[in-house]
Amino acid sequence: MNLSPELSQPVDEPYYQPIANEVALFEASHARRLPVLLKGPTGCGKTRFVEYMAWRLKRPLVTVACHDDLTTADLVGRYLIVGNETVWVDGPLTAAVRAGAICYLDEIVEARKDTIVVIHPLADARRVLAVDKRGEMVAAPDSFMLVVSYNPGYQSVLKEIKPSTRQRFVALDFDYPEAAVEAGIVGREGGVDFETARRLVKLGELTRNLKGAGLDEGASTRLLVHAAQLIAAGIEPQAACTAAVARALCDDPDMNGTLDDLVAAVF
Amino acid sequence: MTSSPPSFSARCLFGQFRPEGSYSSPTDNPEDLRRKAGANRRLFGDELETRLDEVLFASHSHRSATKLALGLEALNRSQQERVLHWAAVAAGTYAEIGYQIATFAPRAFMLLDDGGFDAWVLAGLDAYDRHGGRAAMDLLRDIEGFSAGRNGARPVAKFTDIEARLGRFIQGLAGRPLNLAVGTCAWTDSETIFLPPEQDSLFDAAANRRLYKVQAAILWAQSRFGSFGSASVDLETSLAPWLGKAEEERALIWFAALESVRLEACIAFELSGLATEIAAVRGAWPDSLLPLLPRLFRPQATLSDTLELLPLCLLGGEDAPRLAHAVRFDPAAAQRIRAARILRDMKTVQRAISALKGSSGRSGEHDESLPSLATDAGAYLSLEGEALVLPPEARAAAQSLVQDLGEVPPECLVPAGPGPWQPTEREGGGEDFASDRQADYRYDEWDYRRRAYRKGWCHLFETEVEPGDRAYVAAVRQRHSALIKQIRRRFEMLRGENRMLGRQPEGEEVDLDAVVDAIADRRGGLEPTARLFCRRVRNQRSLAAMFMVDMSGSTKGWVNEAEREALVMLSEAIESLGDAYAIYGFSGWTRTRSDIYRIKRFDEAYDEAVKARIAAVEAKDYTRMGVAIRHLTALLLRQPARHRLLITLSDGRPDDFGDEYRGHYGIEDTRRALQEAREQGVRSYCITIDSHGADYLAHMYGAARFTVLDDVRKLPLKIADIYRRLAS
Ligand SMILES: Nc1ncnc2c1ncn2[C@@H]1O[C@H](COP(=O)(O)OP(=O)(O)OP(=O)(O)O)[C@@H](O)[C@H]1O
Ligand SMILES: [Mg+2]
Repeated sequence: MNLSPELSQPVDEPYYQPIANEVALFEASHARRLPVLLKGPTGCGKTRFVEYMAWRLKRPLVTVACHDDLTTADLVGRYLIVGNETVWVDGPLTAAVRAGAICYLDEIVEARKDTIVVIHPLADARRVLAVDKRGEMVAAPDSFMLVVSYNPGYQSVLKEIKPSTRQRFVALDFDYPEAAVEAGIVGREGGVDFETARRLVKLGELTRNLKGAGLDEGASTRLLVHAAQLIAAGIEPQAACTAAVARALCDDPDMNGTLDDLVAAVF
Repeated sequence: MTSSPPSFSARCLFGQFRPEGSYSSPTDNPEDLRRKAGANRRLFGDELETRLDEVLFASHSHRSATKLALGLEALNRSQQERVLHWAAVAAGTYAEIGYQIATFAPRAFMLLDDGGFDAWVLAGLDAYDRHGGRAAMDLLRDIEGFSAGRNGARPVAKFTDIEARLGRFIQGLAGRPLNLAVGTCAWTDSETIFLPPEQDSLFDAAANRRLYKVQAAILWAQSRFGSFGSASVDLETSLAPWLGKAEEERALIWFAALESVRLEACIAFELSGLATEIAAVRGAWPDSLLPLLPRLFRPQATLSDTLELLPLCLLGGEDAPRLAHAVRFDPAAAQRIRAARILRDMKTVQRAISALKGSSGRSGEHDESLPSLATDAGAYLSLEGEALVLPPEARAAAQSLVQDLGEVPPECLVPAGPGPWQPTEREGGGEDFASDRQADYRYDEWDYRRRAYRKGWCHLFETEVEPGDRAYVAAVRQRHSALIKQIRRRFEMLRGENRMLGRQPEGEEVDLDAVVDAIADRRGGLEPTARLFCRRVRNQRSLAAMFMVDMSGSTKGWVNEAEREALVMLSEAIESLGDAYAIYGFSGWTRTRSDIYRIKRFDEAYDEAVKARIAAVEAKDYTRMGVAIRHLTALLLRQPARHRLLITLSDGRPDDFGDEYRGHYGIEDTRRALQEAREQGVRSYCITIDSHGADYLAHMYGAARFTVLDDVRKLPLKIADIYRRLAS
């Protein structure tokens, strides 16, 4: 009996708009069996990028959202009792290694330190995963690739990657793209015309100007896409931006006043 | 037209504007129409025209509604509906009054609010009743007089009321520090926007606040869209024929007006909502500007267009146009500031490029091809075909250059060599003050010019704050009791984060994973483990936080007040969290007399003595920050915690008596001290209460994270949240 997850390759090409040379770097890293770290603010396209690269490299994609209760067993696998039997079930990481897939650990800083160390032997020249409970060392095939992401903007001192972890990765910097490119993305993903998309991106830019001066983060591409989708669904632009962007960014009443002003300035 | 007008007293009784529509048939009912339109969007000219035709020109139409409709386009929907409603009502009596109401409505709404507008119409109709058509026209035309009479004194908007919100708005627009300050009139030197202390030229306080916003937007646009010159146009040269002459005043007013036309078009292209607000305050263009609109009111128009038109306008001999939102223009002041900024930004970009080239393993010598910079984002630098990302500081500088010059000038893409910032200040020796007691500690200080430490340079004295008012803390707790309760609840939740420890020899629950493993092991012939239980444990946070509080002279007043309150809120919060924390104040008077004031040691409880000391935190001398950071880092390192956090609370730039610590020296030393702290595993977070300093902060705090609070009074309310974000 096999309860381990089945992995399959993505079929449809995900829409991804390359920003700089990240596609080439990712491909080269894959070819050279190097793990990759994606850094960048929230909602700037990291997840989408990995989905796209998995499709491009024709590898299955296993995504794990990290959180602070994630245990080693959650990643590697565990025994389950089925009837009177104990059955081993691979965790997502082990499954990905066996299948030579791309394993994406999203928001790695959220995971506990003792969980993160299981990826260490996998992320250096050894490329093996120790499945302690079975006394097994699973060697990663060449096509396996480990990708992790993290948002350096978080301010908590408790959430930083240890140097011994981060220095195993090729690091790719992500940021919100240039205005015209971002408008293309927002227009396409949100289903609005270019002019509307352009204004939404303008609003994004204005809020990003307030980062560190009252806002922790400016509006991400994701929020702009949300606003666009509301507009495409028939909501009036100002109302859409207030709900999807301004209120989504902060709770502070004064700051909300300013965000309203910015929304009103754009539309 | 009826031969004998019906009495208007009945109409006055019902004369309040009612959306339900007391006068009109259901189809005219504005609320109905609005519902039908599905939105409260503005009506367009052609729609307005149709509706005006219906209400005004049903019978005799020797006049066109087109012009009227255009005038009404800028009003918002509810205003438009109000005008249509009243025009219809009035036209039912005398078509000409309806026509006049529609004509004057845009101007009336500039001076009157909704209630005022209704009153104005009714007064017009009343005048007709009593004195006939001519009197009605006169009254309706004199909107200023009507509004003045109605308001008695004109309502004022004050700078202090709008400063914070408008400041953030402008910062959102600008993307680089652009301060607001009070001035004698509205103008900008391209780094600070000056606005008058009060505005009362419009009809109500809201309109006057809007006037502030519109003027600030135009002044922002002056620097954003190149009113001060560009790489190719030198403003001072272009204006030279008039500067310093009798004509100067008139020329500058014309110049500012022409630029306002051009800038409004630029704004309309990017920010149409803001442009609508500007248009509403401006009203109709003065006649003298009308012929220029086709050329100037285009987003593609540049400063050169303005400069070409200017002599023609001046020759025409016409009076300079008066705009409702007029701003003044002072080319000389702006030019000076701008030149200094460009130089500084270019150096920053240059330095970053040198560093990038160095780190990518290139020497600057065999560099024929100039690197090119994507001018839009300014974020990426492509060097021999390879994309490099500029650090944030340099990115900001590059963006600022694009705003000033329209491009990043090629000469600053040539690396400046390995040297640090060129000192611009005078080298200060700093007077040494002999002190009457031996320093408790001595610390090195970083001298950026020598690129070396001055050994044992700073003498540090540590003293305990003399206890102050014992009732102070209780009063603050009383004042903020609701907030404190809320903070405590939130923090206790953090603390109460329990964790299940699996595979324990004993515990309150069975660990299923462990049991399954044990069964598997036994089947496989291995000895099963006895650690089969889960135990609930409280999370060990293991965090020590040091608060370093600015007690320099500049904190006197509000800042000090806010700091003390913030310390109370903070202590309340952290007490419920259980983290180790300490509080020290700092101040300085030259290198031989740097003071650290003990407020709460790590090993002290938050007791009466500590509370009395918090009450006594006061403004003392200067801000020598580096040595304070070094000392408190050392104290923090003695704490056994796994995470160590140094949080500084200050009101801006480091500064000390004598010139030495002012400017770069102090900034570089502070930066260095924060770097040292980081190297030793201490994380720093800097809270700065000074939105005016944002330009150097990113550099100074380098290794540390920071936040800028623009409003001191927020500090006590925000501090607990800031801490929670840092430490959870
Ligand atoms: N380059 C891009 N091409 C296509 N879509 C993009 C791109 N960048 C952003 N998006 C859009 O933004 C949305 C958010 O992106 P994504 O979920 O990948 O963000 P993320 O960086 O993974 O964020 P987080 O760190 O919060 O997980 C996507 O769903 C997509 O609509
Ligand atoms: Mg993601």
